[in-house]
Amino acid sequence: MKTIKTLFASALAIGGAVLTSTAALAAGADLGNAEKQPTNWHAIVMFVIFVGMTLVITYWAAKRTKTAADFYAAGGGITGFQNGLAIAGDYMSAASFLGISALVYGSGYDGLIFSVGWLVGWPIILFLIAERLRNLGKYTFADVASYRLARMPVRTFAATGSLIVVIFYLIGQMVGAGQLIKLLFGMDYIYAVMIVGALMMVYVTFGGMVATTWVQIIKAGLLLCGATFIAFGVMNHFGFSFEALFAKAVEVHPKHLAIMSPGTLVSNPVDAVSLGMALMFGTAGLPHILMRFFTVPDAKEARKSVFFATGFIGYFYILTFIIGFGAITLVSTNPEYIDAALGGMNLKGGNNMAAVWLAHAIGGDMFLGFISAVAFATILAVVSGLTLAGASAISHDIYASVIMHGQATEGREVTVSKIASIGLGIVAVLLGLIFEKQNVAFIVALTFSVAASANFPVLVLSMFWSGLTTRGAVIGGTIGLLMSVIMVILSKAVWVQSFGFHDAIFPYAYPALFSVPAAFIGSWLFSILDNSPRAAQERAAFEAQSIRSETGLGAEGAAAH
Amino acid sequence: MKSPEQTAQHLASADHIRNNPKFQELVSKRTTFAWTLSIIILVMYFGFIGIIAFDKSMLSAPLAAGSVTTIGFPIGVGVILAAIILTGIYVYRANGEFDELNRQIIEESR
Repeated sequence: MKTIKTLFASALAIGGAVLTSTAALAAGADLGNAEKQPTNWHAIVMFVIFVGMTLVITYWAAKRTKTAADFYAAGGGITGFQNGLAIAGDYMSAASFLGISALVYGSGYDGLIFSVGWLVGWPIILFLIAERLRNLGKYTFADVASYRLARMPVRTFAATGSLIVVIFYLIGQMVGAGQLIKLLFGMDYIYAVMIVGALMMVYVTFGGMVATTWVQIIKAGLLLCGATFIAFGVMNHFGFSFEALFAKAVEVHPKHLAIMSPGTLVSNPVDAVSLGMALMFGTAGLPHILMRFFTVPDAKEARKSVFFATGFIGYFYILTFIIGFGAITLVSTNPEYIDAALGGMNLKGGNNMAAVWLAHAIGGDMFLGFISAVAFATILAVVSGLTLAGASAISHDIYASVIMHGQATEGREVTVSKIASIGLGIVAVLLGLIFEKQNVAFIVALTFSVAASANFPVLVLSMFWSGLTTRGAVIGGTIGLLMSVIMVILSKAVWVQSFGFHDAIFPYAYPALFSVPAAFIGSWLFSILDNSPRAAQERAAFEAQSIRSETGLGAEGAAAH
Repeated sequence: MKSPEQTAQHLASADHIRNNPKFQELVSKRTTFAWTLSIIILVMYFGFIGIIAFDKSMLSAPLAAGSVTTIGFPIGVGVILAAIILTGIYVYRANGEFDELNRQIIEESR
């Protein structure tokens, strides 16, 4: 263990940016050695360094953000590799880092089911969506859905779907952020939520997509390095033998051998398949993820970004798995990390702290501070991406296209976008405060289910099926949207646990198995029944659309201006 | 914003592309390839989920006699690695062979 600490210290010393702050950290180390220090100075110092860097970047980005293309799409000047890292930074949330490692810590193998599900959406995005999206769209996925369909209804629908996903995702992130920061930094929940809200408003409003992209890239780099280091420490401890790691975990975990195979997480076949569909297709319907494809210059770079993103995210999920098992072996066995009142395997501050305490067990106070700061940075990067996606749905889709009928000036559109970012920031903070005491575990299921049931079917059909009409898209998509929201509300997580009713009306946890097919069937049925002249035009326009989506001829070069 | 002349030019080249046999070739090859890979990943993933849904015990067999590691681990990690490899294969072919064909099509439409 000693060697790892030295290794980490020297690794830190090598980093040029960090070098200057070593004195500050050393000063912090003395404070941190005191037992039960309520305020985590290591974490705060490292976090302040991160925030300082991101604010410098935001200042730099603000000077480069002049046009709408700069604001929404970083001028289309991001490379495939950079975008791959940024996508990974946008997608690897604190929920997947702390949540999956906590899940592995508590149930072992079950954590892998989520990891796999969260990854397999990426190949689908690459094979079916990425290049067509890039060729047809400009700033939002609504550009693609409304390419040959009626602008007003389709944009209104797509923007609504985007905003619902963004707002629910933000609730989950804000509540998670507040709890985490309260725990990691010894800071009050309300201040934590307000700091997150304020920083994301600054990044997005001043720096637009350029700043958001670089915040995500830096965060992805930090998170991947931090997770690699923890996993390396764990494997080093067990002589790089998985068998030794697993054998020790089975020995010390109260569930023993049961942690080595799928357990109770997914209790019935319907939920297993339904969760699988939500994770896989939901990823391909997340507006903040889809938006990232407009930051690269062409379809070639769009494809490369998915390859790099899939690689980074897949690697990260394998690490979280090692981290979860590492926490079983190195954290649960150490009374220092166990909640004295609850006993057993219950960690101080809850099991979401598994990865954080493991960081402490491996790299000491300074590394704990580093990982805490990374977790905070992770939340900031994700909420910034969400805010930008929500703001562009409001300004580009609703304001510029629906309200102004495409007649808004670029300057006005960007101004509306900035106002919308501030509005969304305030809404996110308020929702974070309202939902503080609520169990938000259902939020992830809801977000991915809505994305899979409303956004994904309309996007895929608009790109692949010539028969899709405006009526079919709007009715089918709305069916998916309403079914997924209503079924989650009627499920146990909300109906029983939040509203306190005795029995759940919808017997399963995840609606995707029902709501995704319903959206596809609804879109198909109302399209073939649509005999309006408008529908005939829309079907006829598919050929021209497919030439552009396949070849990229006439595609909006976001950089070309 | 594109000028009307540019739009007209696009329409003319669009017409040209539609009639170019290479365009048909590109679309059919790439579409077949994309859907084949999609089906592979769908079958692998829902196969994995299906095992968990219907017969969990299949994944609890030890990897080797006396080992605590179950075959569920290489299978789960295998799906993750397969996803990465499949995206790599697609990008390799799409950015090479298909993009070359695409370049020729656009060239010929001018």
